[in-house]
Amino acid sequence: MTNQSRIRNFSIIAHIDHGKSTLADRLLELTGAVSERDMREQILDTMDLERERGITIKAQTVRLSYRGADGHDYELNLIDTPGHVDFSYEVSRSLAACEGALLLVDAAQGVQAQTLANAYLAVDAGLEVIPAINKIDLIAADPDRVAGEITNVIGGSSDDIVRISAKTGEGVTGLLERLVEQVPPPAGDPDAPLRALVFDSYYDAYRGVVCYVRVVDGRLRSGFRLKFIATGETHDAAEVGILTPSAKPVGALEAGEVGYLITGVKEIDRIKVGDTLTDAASPARDPLPGYAEPKPMVFSGLFPTDGDDFERLREALEKLRLNDGSLMWEAETSRALGFGFRVGFLGLLHMEIVRERLEREYDLDLVATAPSVAYRVTLPDGSIREIKSPQDLPDPGSRVGVSEPYVRAMILTPTEYVGPIMELVTTKRGEMGNMSYLSPERVELDYQIPLAEIVFDFFDLLKSRTKGYASLDYEPADYRTADLVKVDILLNGQPVDAFSAVLHRDKAADYGKTMTGRLRSLIPRQMFDVPIQAAIGGKIISRETVKAKRKDVIAKCYGGDVTRKKKLLTKQKEGKKRMKMVGSVEVPQEAFVAALRVDDDT
Amino acid sequence: MNSTDVDIHASKAAAYVHVPFCSAVCPYCDFAVVAGADDRIERYIDAVVAEIGQAGPWRVLDAVYFGGGTPSHVSPHFLGLVLGALQACHGIADDAEISLEANPEDFSEQRADALLTAGFNRVSFGAQSFDDTVLARLGRRHRAEDIEGSVDNARRAGFGNISLDLIFGTPGESERSWEGSLQRAVDLLPDHVSCYALTVEPGTPLHREVKAGADAPDPDVQADRYELAERLLPSGGLERYEVSNWSRAGQECKYNLVVWAQGEYEAYGNGAHRFLNGVRSHNVRRLDAYVDRVEGGMRPIAGADPIDGWDVEVDRLFVGLRRSAGVGPGPGVESLLQTSGGQMLLREGIIEVAEGRLMVRRPLLTDEVHRQVLDLDPPQGWVEPTNTDNL
Repeated sequence: MTNQSRIRNFSIIAHIDHGKSTLADRLLELTGAVSERDMREQILDTMDLERERGITIKAQTVRLSYRGADGHDYELNLIDTPGHVDFSYEVSRSLAACEGALLLVDAAQGVQAQTLANAYLAVDAGLEVIPAINKIDLIAADPDRVAGEITNVIGGSSDDIVRISAKTGEGVTGLLERLVEQVPPPAGDPDAPLRALVFDSYYDAYRGVVCYVRVVDGRLRSGFRLKFIATGETHDAAEVGILTPSAKPVGALEAGEVGYLITGVKEIDRIKVGDTLTDAASPARDPLPGYAEPKPMVFSGLFPTDGDDFERLREALEKLRLNDGSLMWEAETSRALGFGFRVGFLGLLHMEIVRERLEREYDLDLVATAPSVAYRVTLPDGSIREIKSPQDLPDPGSRVGVSEPYVRAMILTPTEYVGPIMELVTTKRGEMGNMSYLSPERVELDYQIPLAEIVFDFFDLLKSRTKGYASLDYEPADYRTADLVKVDILLNGQPVDAFSAVLHRDKAADYGKTMTGRLRSLIPRQMFDVPIQAAIGGKIISRETVKAKRKDVIAKCYGGDVTRKKKLLTKQKEGKKRMKMVGSVEVPQEAFVAALRVDDDT
Repeated sequence: MNSTDVDIHASKAAAYVHVPFCSAVCPYCDFAVVAGADDRIERYIDAVVAEIGQAGPWRVLDAVYFGGGTPSHVSPHFLGLVLGALQACHGIADDAEISLEANPEDFSEQRADALLTAGFNRVSFGAQSFDDTVLARLGRRHRAEDIEGSVDNARRAGFGNISLDLIFGTPGESERSWEGSLQRAVDLLPDHVSCYALTVEPGTPLHREVKAGADAPDPDVQADRYELAERLLPSGGLERYEVSNWSRAGQECKYNLVVWAQGEYEAYGNGAHRFLNGVRSHNVRRLDAYVDRVEGGMRPIAGADPIDGWDVEVDRLFVGLRRSAGVGPGPGVESLLQTSGGQMLLREGIIEVAEGRLMVRRPLLTDEVHRQVLDLDPPQGWVEPTNTDNL
């Protein structure tokens, strides 16, 4: 048991690729937690996808033992947080388990939007923020400029900023010293009734749900009967332990300590990240602050390309959910795409990751509809209904108003791109807030912008207009009423659900024109003219026609070769059987899929 | 041509002889052909004669068709040897149609004479176009005036049945050019005209050019061209009796009528196709392999598809629907009209049923009808007819 005054709980916050995982590797090495023999890169990122993309999706935690320059032994708990704002709820839970945060910034790239978002979270959580500039060994490193940017964001003096190279190890010991000096020890009361924060959880096939916990007050002893305040469930503490980084059972976790807890619960739903656990026999009166259900913000229909894979998709989603309690879905049937699910995600990156994992780890071939957001519809009786799928939007006659989610978007950019960004944001219905200079060359722009615009194509447009130099992060703001309409796409008079979209009235005509044009070029000619229309309610806003096929005949039946022609036509017939029927129109599924890929011609 | 006349060909006997030799291979051609191999002609002719002997006697022939390649590229003497073998083996009816394909590039009066003497009574010229620009694009070695000269030579020698093949929709061919070709063809007073849409076949030089970015034939333009042929050819007394074929009354190509009436036909030569005793079979395609097989005493057959049970009816519709007269009543017609696809075809005016006969009214959409036909199931209660002939 470590004296509470010698405990330091901290996390590292950094933009993708700014070296967080490399620094964690170095810390593990320097403190002897991992021998050089067992060392591999990004040791805390266990998922393939995490290693490959250099991002952290699940939080990890590890206890390090460090003998300080003052000769004392310290217990350092590194809580590795997800870096991306999609997981900001998880980030904030991880931060709530710490007293300090290392803000790591790339010496060449400087402060990025994501760094900012997470730094603000840390400051808001009352954490001691220790800035550090990483990668000083790079030729392109410009630590002085970056130091200026950092002080512009969080204040302080640039002389206080530690400069390190996580890769070579230069300055890392100095950073550890700074941690010990500046991060305050935990302040909990060891004699009060137990209060511990569940800041993450994961599913283990053998042991069930494993919780990561931070004991705030009291003591979490193995064998205790525990009460989870938010869910109201009680479970036994079957095993309590620490991660070094391998799991090591201990008899108890003391106030201020971080470790894991196994209760034998098998269903991830029954343990809520952010919940407070206490002693069932003598419970604490108040939970720790800040529990909230993670809320999906972005929705997309996922359909297996092969209809027979529907059950496999369901099973895969269920398996993913074992480790991702924020993943939610409902079955959805589409005329164009068959059976699938409407899936809710925390954000665009979350959506991308889930899709990629489904395709790679579960070998599924999927079609995804354009992402949408949750709209709030005010009904004539005054009640409010949330709709997650464009098809569910009631007709104008059956609704009083519609509001849509806005986000606060932070864009960091070299100053030369401010003009193009302002132009882009205006076309996306954004409202400009603050503009502040981090340095003479870089500026932070603050916007209020509809989330729907962000999920549509904002990221891609921002990237292309700033040659990739701007970074964007966003956090939910409020809901605002807007003049929103539902645009349906009709094929030979039949609506094709997968293409229905809720849009601002000003954008409806463009969308209609784009989709009808795209479908016209993708839908094969039939035996009759096929009108493709975009409509708001009963009003047609754009129309294209797939002209009837005029010639479909093999000219010559050469030398009595009946067989070859039969074989060719039979093959074509088989191809047609795989087509989807929309009314009497035959459409290859590839046409729908291609039409859903927005990135081609916008 | 009335329906009785077309259906009667189901009981006639025809033979096809493949002659693969050409002076050069046209860039759009994907048939079993060979150029610059004249030194192999004699051996090949011997092999064809041998194959006729191998296959053995069958029925007296009502139609004989020499296709290619370019049969006229081969000396009439050799073609005569093959005709002699057919006569000796099967017998050829007195009123038989004996036809060969010819190129206008070297069709002299002497050649015409010799062919007539060898026994041919019908010649089908690969005219393709009367526009020299289009001919050049098609890689043809003759010019428009050669067609007129060749037809003259054939007439002077005494050929009473002359056909012209035309190709439409070549990229770069204008409406006017096609109209001119049709008019000049009609002016030559042919007994028969075939009009084929230029088709880009995989593996051909044309296919490679198109893949490399050259203009491909436009199906809508080809539809326009076809409709123009439908309007113009009747002015020359030529009526359409099949998707791609027009003729004066009674001058339809008999060999083709046998094929489309589901009649039987023998076939000889490399890559040749036959339909005998309910089996569609074909010979090996490569010239050398064909000759080797025959010289080695083996039948050169490369594959065979028996047509039996319900497939006989499907096959009857498949071949018969290419004809303007369509097919007579039967379970296949009944079945087609019961499917939603068949109903759509009827609704869109692509097919029509009159007095029990099923006809394709929009020949340019025949393949769609064919795809539906190939997918047909027997109607309820259908029983395979027993073949009483063999009892």
